Amino acid sequence: MKYIEEFRQHDLAQQLSAAIRKAVKPDRSYHLMEFCGGHTHAIFRYGVQDLMPPNVKFVHGPGCPVCVLPIGRIDNAIALVERHDVILCTYGDVLRVPASGRRSLLKVKAAGADIRMVYSVRDALRIAQENPDRQVVFFAIGFETTTPPTAVAIRQAQAEGLGNFSVFCNHVLTPAAIQNILESPEVREMGSVSIDGFFGPSHVSSIIGSRPYEFFAEEFQKPVVIAGFEPLDVMQSALMLIRQLNEGRYEVENEYTRVVTREGNTKAQSLVAEVFELRRVFEWRGLGLVPYSALRLKEAYAALDAEKRFDTPAIAASDVKGCECPSILRGVKRPVDCKLFGTVCTPENPMGSCMVSSEGACAAYWSYGRFRRPETASRESVA
Amino acid sequence: MCLALPAKVLAIYELTDMAIVALGGVRKEVSLALVDDVQVDDFVLIHVGYALNKVSEEEAERTLRLFAEAGLTAGEPA
Repeated sequence: MKYIEEFRQHDLAQQLSAAIRKAVKPDRSYHLMEFCGGHTHAIFRYGVQDLMPPNVKFVHGPGCPVCVLPIGRIDNAIALVERHDVILCTYGDVLRVPASGRRSLLKVKAAGADIRMVYSVRDALRIAQENPDRQVVFFAIGFETTTPPTAVAIRQAQAEGLGNFSVFCNHVLTPAAIQNILESPEVREMGSVSIDGFFGPSHVSSIIGSRPYEFFAEEFQKPVVIAGFEPLDVMQSALMLIRQLNEGRYEVENEYTRVVTREGNTKAQSLVAEVFELRRVFEWRGLGLVPYSALRLKEAYAALDAEKRFDTPAIAASDVKGCECPSILRGVKRPVDCKLFGTVCTPENPMGSCMVSSEGACAAYWSYGRFRRPETASRESVA
Repeated sequence: MCLALPAKVLAIYELTDMAIVALGGVRKEVSLALVDDVQVDDFVLIHVGYALNKVSEEEAERTLRLFAEAGLTAGEPA
């Protein structure tokens, strides 16, 4: 497929690998955090770590909306179905996330609840149109990439007077999370997480543009390179980060220029601004309460807000004992440091969200099996 | 969840602001509500049934050239 195969070419990967090996200084290390789960998966699927010299390390970030969703929000969704008999529509990733009491939306569905996996929020609108006598709730989740489609659907439901449709909003914001990581004690004081630079999100940035990262680069003096999700994009961006670090620069650079501009998609931004407003605070798994890091529906759209239409109390729920998801999401631990990883916790039987989502770090480690040959991490045979 | 794929626009329905796109061999109907000035034969990035952005052919070629240039510097003496 065009714009995909070209960015996976073997010979170019070998050349970029050689260029990176030549660019790195042997007397220092380069810890590069990829915020997005999409990058984590590209790195593991294509073996990008094996193409890096030993002093270039990838640190996996929290950029997986399903992984950072606190369990209480899934408990809320289950309560919506069980107590209010709604049709709950959501994206596939959410269905298998463990909720309290060893339940999940998938298990509740198997027990007879009307929970439907949709590809698009447009499908949820259609289900509401086809079932006028039922309440239909769309479990909205995702970063800035996924928020604009939800905004379009909310406006459409409002315009059509679709009275049986509402949205349970769990949309979260990337810049707030990056700032939270950079301000965390592990990074600032304890030094247990070392981050020299960031791979900036691909598709989040296609909406918000590269401008929002300029603050971090300047304030925290860390370079940011907006990177595409294909393996060559990740490698080229690593080279750009390494060059910035070598030259003592901390700027926002854009590798993914075929899609991302500095301004982003202003049409999508204004639609989101019309429908949503900031929550004062929102809980993230791993990061805790992060100020101004999530969205809710504005007053003008309150009639379509599932949290106003139904009773959705804040539920404090804890992760499965022993699950290291919270530390893994902050980059403090790696999946292989978790006792549950690959023993009781696998994609078939996930204990934590990082193993569920196709973007989670644990799923990336497990699916591509690279953790089984740890010697490859420092292998020097490729160049 | 942020995964999105580049797809070629085959037909545009202005009345409904929808388009038919080709993803490899698969045809799909997507909404154009989030993008302006899309033409037939353009490539757009598809995410949950919506086109998020146009893909710039010029910039894609420029990036591919950058990869090749990086490879060339690798062969030069330090």
